[in-house]
Amino acid sequence: MSSTIVSLPDQSTARIPKINFITKENGLLSWLLTSDHKRIAILYLISITFFFTIGGALAGVIRLELLTPQSDLMAADTYNKVFTMHGVVMIFLFLVPSVPATLGNFLIPLMIGAKDLALPKINLLSWYLYIAGGILVLYTMISGGVDTGWTFTTPLSTHYVNTNVLTTGMAIFIAGFSSIFTGLNFIVTIHKMRAPGMTWFRLPLFVWSNYAASILMVLGTPVLAIALVLVALERTVGIGVFDPTKGGDPLLFQHLFWFYSHPAVYIMILPGMGVISEVISAFSRKRVFGYTAVAFSSVAIAVFGFFVWEHHMFIMGVSSYSMLVFSLLTMLVAVPSAIKIFNWTFTLYKGSITFETPMLYAFGFMGLFTIGGLTGVFLGTSGTDIHLTETYFIVAHFHFVMVGGMLMAYLAGIHFWWPKITGRMYPEKISQLAAVVTFIGFNFTFFPQFILGTLGMPRRYAAYPPEFQILNVFSTAGATILGVGYLLPILYLTWSLKYGEIAGNNPWQATGLEWQIQSPPLTENFLEVPVMDHDAYDYEWLERQKEKEVASAG
Amino acid sequence: MPDSPAIAHDELETGHPAHPSYQRHHFATMDQQADATSFAMWLFLLTEIMFFGGMFTAYLIYRNWYYPAFVAGSHQLSIFWGTLNTGVLISSSFTMAMGVWYAETRRKQGLVLCLIATFVLGLGFLGIKSIEYAEKIEKHHVPGLHYSVKSFVDPASDKAASEYGDKPLALDMARHTELYFFLYFAMTGMHALHMIIGICILGYMIFRARAGDYTDGHISFVENFGLYWHFVDIIWIFLFPLLYLISRHA
Amino acid sequence: MSEHLDHEHEGGPKNDYEEHHIVSPAVYATIFAALLVATGLTVGASYIEMGVFNPIVAIGIAVIKATLVVLFFMHVKYSSKLTKLTVGAGLFTFLALIGMTLSDYISRAWGRW
Repeated sequence: MSSTIVSLPDQSTARIPKINFITKENGLLSWLLTSDHKRIAILYLISITFFFTIGGALAGVIRLELLTPQSDLMAADTYNKVFTMHGVVMIFLFLVPSVPATLGNFLIPLMIGAKDLALPKINLLSWYLYIAGGILVLYTMISGGVDTGWTFTTPLSTHYVNTNVLTTGMAIFIAGFSSIFTGLNFIVTIHKMRAPGMTWFRLPLFVWSNYAASILMVLGTPVLAIALVLVALERTVGIGVFDPTKGGDPLLFQHLFWFYSHPAVYIMILPGMGVISEVISAFSRKRVFGYTAVAFSSVAIAVFGFFVWEHHMFIMGVSSYSMLVFSLLTMLVAVPSAIKIFNWTFTLYKGSITFETPMLYAFGFMGLFTIGGLTGVFLGTSGTDIHLTETYFIVAHFHFVMVGGMLMAYLAGIHFWWPKITGRMYPEKISQLAAVVTFIGFNFTFFPQFILGTLGMPRRYAAYPPEFQILNVFSTAGATILGVGYLLPILYLTWSLKYGEIAGNNPWQATGLEWQIQSPPLTENFLEVPVMDHDAYDYEWLERQKEKEVASAG
Repeated sequence: MPDSPAIAHDELETGHPAHPSYQRHHFATMDQQADATSFAMWLFLLTEIMFFGGMFTAYLIYRNWYYPAFVAGSHQLSIFWGTLNTGVLISSSFTMAMGVWYAETRRKQGLVLCLIATFVLGLGFLGIKSIEYAEKIEKHHVPGLHYSVKSFVDPASDKAASEYGDKPLALDMARHTELYFFLYFAMTGMHALHMIIGICILGYMIFRARAGDYTDGHISFVENFGLYWHFVDIIWIFLFPLLYLISRHA
Repeated sequence: MSEHLDHEHEGGPKNDYEEHHIVSPAVYATIFAALLVATGLTVGASYIEMGVFNPIVAIGIAVIKATLVVLFFMHVKYSSKLTKLTVGAGLFTFLALIGMTLSDYISRAWGRW
């Protein structure tokens, strides 16, 4: 790891630009009433980190309970509440908004050369909705929690449990609208706000993948909303749509729920894939191999995503004929995902690879996402699914995709754009250590769960037969390491806000428009409207720019 | 919106015309702004389609499962009121479209009149809807609220049912009329909610239009509201045959 | 370089704004009349015994009415391809939701293989 592309300005003379979006205005109100996409991104970053900490703490409690076979740390129903709240917080308050609402909000206007998102006030509204949803979830937790699992499966959620289904449902409904507004804003912005010369095939792939995810947010989330409204009505007035005694079909809820919640998986992972495209390109000094294929694979994942949802319901009593159809369609999603993985690998081939922190996280993503994705194909096969579903195999599968994939990508993105957002670098050595610790901790935590699942340990139970204990101890030990891996970035990134080295405009020598302006950027992003006259990831263009600057300076 | 001095300077230099007051700072041209907001409105309507989509799916499934119950249930709706309401709503769509035209051609008087007409017709729709709802409440046809299957197990006792010559349903099937009425209330209720929101915005627009807004060339708001209003109309265009008409024959 | 830029300018997004087309009141009035006639037709058709065709005719007329509203009242006929694509996307996903869900419900009655 001797070679590096990091080029920081001379620390003795470098200064953070006096005028930037952070120093532009002062006071709490200037933040709470802002319509600047960068400030909203930071509001999101802070609130998302807060909820991630809560969700992470709940995960820690779950793993601690599973250290021993008996349910001794907490009663079984408490355990049910803990894993439900873990799921709700992590999915609706962390994973869905994570990359789009923070990095996407901050970067999409910068990357396409716009002054702001198309609808700045809607953007702020979306943050307030997120916060309202978040507060409702916190209220639910304090007032006794909810124990349906994050899937709210009927008739459990409508007839049998007596916990706070209504408040949680309302929280998710509201947070859902926050997500709709973010997605809507991105689509409008990407269509209508691009700088001159910024054609669709010059957009950074991060923009493409966020665009695809936004389509899913706009078209999928309302179906979740109506499903939750129906659950709330079923609970309060007993309308009967999901009540078998009145002729309703509980499975209809699951159809509506998974119509959103399967695409939601792609809402979570697609923006992460966009981050990986940027990072892999920047640290191999090469244009992403097969740019067009990678761009279209994002859209393909979004479109296919709407046609596979029933694979979550194979054991629920759906017809075996439709199982066949959905099982085959599920295989289709593997194709665009594989296109991405292969193209990133080809990008690395003969690239000048360096191993800065974001790249380490990106490598982690590629490995872990591949495992997560491939086990997804196992689970999409209806026969295998019937054997493995509702076991720890499925828990391991989606944590490999969501934590090993998405969270790694999120951290890669945060580390990659941190110098742009704050103007300062974090300590490189310790951040590399954190990336490695996270990777090791992750594998220790979740790989044993694949084995547990194939051995038949069911998910969502506080107690388990003693023969599973060794693997569970492994998993809990790994979770501790993983916890350290997540704590470290929070610490050193906070530290770097004040003490980090001045990053300068373009510490990674990357090509995106966002790297050609000062860091942190100005409130209106660009001094003059940029004109895009080169393709994305054109490192030769960057070289020429630098030569020009040297020449004009000389 | 605070403009950074650097940007303002730049725009002067590149010879941009002075911005009209309603142009937001981050748009380069008025066209871009109008285009972006209209596109945003269309995307919002997409979410609405999917929101109603869930209920349409439920309706299709349960109608196929409990066909006799859905037929008997729909016999309780008055085709007269339904048709009248469809006419009212289509008329309001027409006046709204004309309102947009008056805004486009910058005629304040006509715009205000059209908006008021739309407002009144919208209220009229809700009025007729409430007559229908009142009848359902009277007959205990509101799911979850002392729901009664009397009209379906004993159609002779019910005026509407006997008009159609309905045969008595077995208690089991008759109870499934509750599903029909739930879907009826959910779909028309959600539709009415959209109407109420629309009428509130219309009131605000009448107020602004009288002050001369929207007829100064900046018609995005009226246009986008028009899209919303027509969309609500389209939902009704489908609800009307699904709930009132297609089950007239058993 | 500069001619290259000009060329790109043409292809850029700034140029594909919708031209604002004003639909004349005569068109609106025609559509309004057509909608009222179609409403009358669909009510009339519901009084005729057509078996399975009753719902088909009713839905068919509703689709025609909705299309008229979308094309003329909502100006889609005169709008950009993007708007048309947006409408299409909504319709597509709506049909995906209904169609794919029904694929389960319809085939449940077929029993097991």
